[in-house]
Amino acid sequence: MACEKGEGDVVLLDFWASPFGQRVRIALAEKGVAYEYREEDLANKSRMLLEMNPVHKKIPVLVHGGKPVCESLIIVQYIDEVWAHPNPLLPTEPYPRARARFWADFIDKKIYDCGTRLWKLKGEALQEAKKEMICILKLLEGELGDKKYFGGDAFGFVDVALVPFTSWFYTYETSAGFSVEEECPKLAAWAKRCAEERESVRKTLYDPQKIYEFVGLLKKKFGVE
Amino acid sequence: MATGEVKLLGTWSSPFVLRIKWALGMKGAQYEFIEEDISNKSPMLLQYNPVYKKVPVLVHDGKPITESLIILEYIDEMWKENPILLKDPYEKAVARFLSNFGDSKVCITAIYLLLHLCISTGEKQQEAITSAAENLNILEEKLEGKRFFGGETIGYADISLGWISYMVSLLDDVTNVKLIDEVTYPLLSQWISNFTSSPLIKDSLPPRDRMVSKFRMLREAFLASAATA
Repeated sequence: MACEKGEGDVVLLDFWASPFGQRVRIALAEKGVAYEYREEDLANKSRMLLEMNPVHKKIPVLVHGGKPVCESLIIVQYIDEVWAHPNPLLPTEPYPRARARFWADFIDKKIYDCGTRLWKLKGEALQEAKKEMICILKLLEGELGDKKYFGGDAFGFVDVALVPFTSWFYTYETSAGFSVEEECPKLAAWAKRCAEERESVRKTLYDPQKIYEFVGLLKKKFGVE
Repeated sequence: MATGEVKLLGTWSSPFVLRIKWALGMKGAQYEFIEEDISNKSPMLLQYNPVYKKVPVLVHDGKPITESLIILEYIDEMWKENPILLKDPYEKAVARFLSNFGDSKVCITAIYLLLHLCISTGEKQQEAITSAAENLNILEEKLEGKRFFGGETIGYADISLGWISYMVSLLDDVTNVKLIDEVTYPLLSQWISNFTSSPLIKDSLPPRDRMVSKFRMLREAFLASAATA
């Protein structure tokens, strides 16, 4: 019996601006999986979210056939394993897979926290965070090298892990006073390429200006000038 | 069986390194262990892990793999015997989630903190104990109906969480804090017993006396510096 992918039993609990949620949306789009998107109000979390992710109570959560999968990179790997084709995201060989996991994990450990410091902090602390962010981006650019994507010729796991943060670059640049294009031209070119060539990215990412405005709201909420 | 020269850069006391020894042991893989001095890192370590400069590092045929959970998956993919991750994608996701959870700041730090600290007011210690207890409750629930987190046999999550099995008794020795008792955590207590008595694990735990000395020294140093502050 032919089954439509997803069959209406794939639900994504998410928040529109979350780069972690966007990773999942991009992966689902790359695979052509139909799903129901549910926007969460993070100030008033739904019962479903609290039931499906009792440990962390965070989005994104992918609920497939009633069973929850949590943590964005774990979800992306799950999607890649359940719906292996089209567009496999992880390489087939163990060593390149380990490298892809390493860099996705690096992105997880570094970008969001450092990025948050860029718009929350001032003065000396901000300068420290800026230095660190440039370092992080240069390391990533080193890994990208002259490849089309981090995955090589094909858009892959590391690309999915990083690309949602590209719409935050404008916020980071404006808060800290630097330019990704100047510091990491290859990375900037990669970001453009992803948006131009991957429909999944184009349809999922928000305009950098919109993210900047969203951060403006966050700043008010946290009492940051 | 995968071929090629295997080296493991590590330290005798690191729980992250121990995971790798367990995984290689389960696969029957031969390897050379290279003890690192963390206060004086070798050029090899710096070359193979330039980003974090940490152990463990697995070097297979000259190619480095770093970050212990990533190394575990690599080992499972290269050495097919005795799989540590189940084939089902959902079960894999659960195992990965539990391992991340165990490593998250809340869990491992809480227990490390307890080992280091015994602040006289006891209030901070109580906070750390409460936080650790919440996490242990979660793990207790996950063991419902199972011998190991992996099911009937030791799996990826057991290897990742295995540090708990010996750290808690060390904690008892060093600080007189009994974090896991049979009444509150019957399943976890049984898991600890099953895990530590398994032949592979039993013979590879770090020497207990050395661990106790190490943590006692760290604790004394901390208390001394806190007293003079």
